[in-house]
Amino acid sequence: MSTPGMDRANLRTPLKDVRGLGSAKSGTRHFIVQRVTGIALALLTIWIVGFVLTLVHAGDYLHARELLRHTFAAVWLIAFIVMAFWHAQLGLQVVIEDYVHTSWLEMLSQIAVKFVCAGAALTGVVAVIRIAMGA
Amino acid sequence: MPQNARPLSPHLQIYRWPLSMALSILHRATGIALAVGLLLVVWLLLSLASGPESYAVARAFCASWLGLVLLFAWSWALFFHLCNGVRHLFWDIGVGFAKAQAQRSAFVVVAASLLLTALVWICVIAQGGVA
Repeated sequence: MSTPGMDRANLRTPLKDVRGLGSAKSGTRHFIVQRVTGIALALLTIWIVGFVLTLVHAGDYLHARELLRHTFAAVWLIAFIVMAFWHAQLGLQVVIEDYVHTSWLEMLSQIAVKFVCAGAALTGVVAVIRIAMGA
Repeated sequence: MPQNARPLSPHLQIYRWPLSMALSILHRATGIALAVGLLLVVWLLLSLASGPESYAVARAFCASWLGLVLLFAWSWALFFHLCNGVRHLFWDIGVGFAKAQAQRSAFVVVAASLLLTALVWICVIAQGGVA
């Protein structure tokens, strides 16, 4: 890989070319969203673990559905699903950036991760809503 | 190109593994595992929404040997990623960076994750198992 700007006729450094154009604006966004969803998940997980234990205790189908019919349970579960897939998608994005170096394969896997996470999150949310509405 | 001929900095296999390095790698590995585990959570919810027959299938899978091993591994992965994530949050606000502190917090994270996993499975067994 050649260093950008070095093969040009003028002797400006690459840094000189980008100075004064402003910041990248969204440069720290990924980092911040990863932390914020992480904090949300830390709080949600405490409830989720308790809820799963209650589900295990409940055993049968009807009792399990009854537990999810409470508005609070549905809201908490939907929040968990959305936060978890958002957090997962950000993390997997970094893993792919770090380890997949074939350009087309990286692009393909990045898009696949976004699609699978979005699809699974939507499926989970619809499932919770269906149970909560008794449909 | 002259740049390519330059010596590279040593990579992972050169170093003796300190605990914090193992934890850093485990954080990533458990993160990937938990992303896969999330798909199982969605499957469980979907089966519960679809009716008693599909819920019975999902429960039977969870109570199978493969299901139990996966659930146990995921429960530890969850608690490890949670505890180590909190450790990262402290680092993000600039707390606990000293080598001795990082070493101590690494031990705390491993111990807490094992303790929480044990606690959850004691609760499950006390309730009569997964199935």
